[in-house]
Amino acid sequence: MTNLYQKDVLHHAAAAHRAGRLDDPDGSVMLDNPLCGDRVTIDIKLSDGAISDIAHEAKACVLCQASASILCDKAIGADASTLENVQSQISAMLKQDAPVPQGKWEALSIFLPVADHKSRHACVLLPFEAAINALRTVD
Amino acid sequence: MSNSKVANSGKDATSAYNVEAVRAQFPIFEREIDGQPLHYLDNAATAQTPRAVLDAVAVHDSRHRANVMRSIHHLAEEATEAFEAARGQVAQFLNATSPTEIVFTSGTTGAINLVAHAFGGTLQPGDEVVISQVEHHSNIVPWQMVRDRIGITLRVLSASADGAVDLAALQAIVTPRTKLIAVTHGSNVSGAMTNVAPIVAAARAVGAKVLLDGAQRAPHGPIDVQALGVDFYGFSSHKTFGPNGVGVLWGRSEVLDALPPFMGGGEMIRTVTLDETIYAEPPHRFEAGTPPIAQAVGLGAALAWLCAQDLTGAARHEQRLTGRLIDGLDDIDNNRGLIRLIGPRELDNRLPVVSFAIEGLHPHDICQLLDGHGVALRGGHHCAQPLMDFFGLTGTTRASVALYNNDGDVDAFLNGLDDVIKLLKP
Repeated sequence: MTNLYQKDVLHHAAAAHRAGRLDDPDGSVMLDNPLCGDRVTIDIKLSDGAISDIAHEAKACVLCQASASILCDKAIGADASTLENVQSQISAMLKQDAPVPQGKWEALSIFLPVADHKSRHACVLLPFEAAINALRTVD
Repeated sequence: MSNSKVANSGKDATSAYNVEAVRAQFPIFEREIDGQPLHYLDNAATAQTPRAVLDAVAVHDSRHRANVMRSIHHLAEEATEAFEAARGQVAQFLNATSPTEIVFTSGTTGAINLVAHAFGGTLQPGDEVVISQVEHHSNIVPWQMVRDRIGITLRVLSASADGAVDLAALQAIVTPRTKLIAVTHGSNVSGAMTNVAPIVAAARAVGAKVLLDGAQRAPHGPIDVQALGVDFYGFSSHKTFGPNGVGVLWGRSEVLDALPPFMGGGEMIRTVTLDETIYAEPPHRFEAGTPPIAQAVGLGAALAWLCAQDLTGAARHEQRLTGRLIDGLDDIDNNRGLIRLIGPRELDNRLPVVSFAIEGLHPHDICQLLDGHGVALRGGHHCAQPLMDFFGLTGTTRASVALYNNDGDVDAFLNGLDDVIKLLKP
């Protein structure tokens, strides 16, 4: 069970990157996971359709906090289609035994052990869903 | 398993109560979770089922399976007799004046929705229904739907600091426009029991009815609805050692008699023409369609089984385990201010449901890691988000005790929790 809570996951949760709120964001979305009460807020600023600044506030489990931390760490320069593509890849990694995303998003490989725990998939995916929704609110 | 030992009491102190003999009647405890014994402390979500109930359902389905109150063949007569016998068992469990006061539903949620539609449909715009901030969503959302459909006003009793229904404002909240007070008999989060008598008195003073959500109270023994003086009482089979898919609405005879049906269909009619329908008398008026027959038979068996146990000893036993859980949380906390109990500290007049929050730890992480110790808990908002809002939390972790839990379950929980805190809050 503790393989869900490896050092890198705990590190991201304990010292989350880009934690907090943005002043005057272009888009902001708060999402709840109704199963457990995870709550994530993603704020974004855009430049030419791509994320130029991003921050998150996660009142959530370790997995969700770590996912939000990695998302915000890697999302600068990403547009909606990029994030949707990453979301699809990590969803497939968790649900269909697909390969981990490549490039800078390979950091998401720390969530591979979550694949065996279906009830926790949503914890990892929630920040991505919130970020994509935030991008859509700007569109 | 951890080397840390927060508590290990060894043999049960309430030796008169033979918990192992009770536990041995539940086949589920023969299995292991990842090579470890099952420590099931999620009873407030669903209780386990004794062999007597599993057998009763199997015998019904293998020997007496037929629809009820329709055909006249042998099996149908037997099925109807078993179904109505289960109704009688429920009536006895609740001290109802008659089995005709017992309506089989899909569960407590089904029972409350039935009242919300049937009784709620008799309300007028501006009428008032009183609920509380302690309620499960199943006793909030149906009334919001009535509000939105009819234009009634919902008034809300606050929660107290220990997670009980706060009656301080009762006299101000109940008005001549109040038609119903619908509250929990005992909280699924805090374990606090509701002080029902003042609520009934306040309701009677203005001619209002009272509904109690008994989902958490029913697993702990018979209930006297006449002594409570309420008008509606709901509970669920699956939390009361019975099968899934069935529950109960008790309604006072004169109240049920005056209500229109909720759903239309077979069984709930006396005569149907293409122009009109004459409805059946209660309880059948409220049981449209084929009911969950084998499940109701199983519920009857569960209540018979429960009432045959040493319930006085079981109550003492559950109370002692609850005390061990609360004391054990205090020991782990060790005056660090980490662990916040959400519920009464007093052991009298509370349910064996222990919720807590740990600063900086999410309930799902706690539950996931304790699952690795074979300990089954519930973490989250417990379908009580308004109560979570009251406490400024998104969720709690909950250990809930039934009459088959033993000291080993409590030890596994406390030792496991100690390990979780060491891992996540080193």
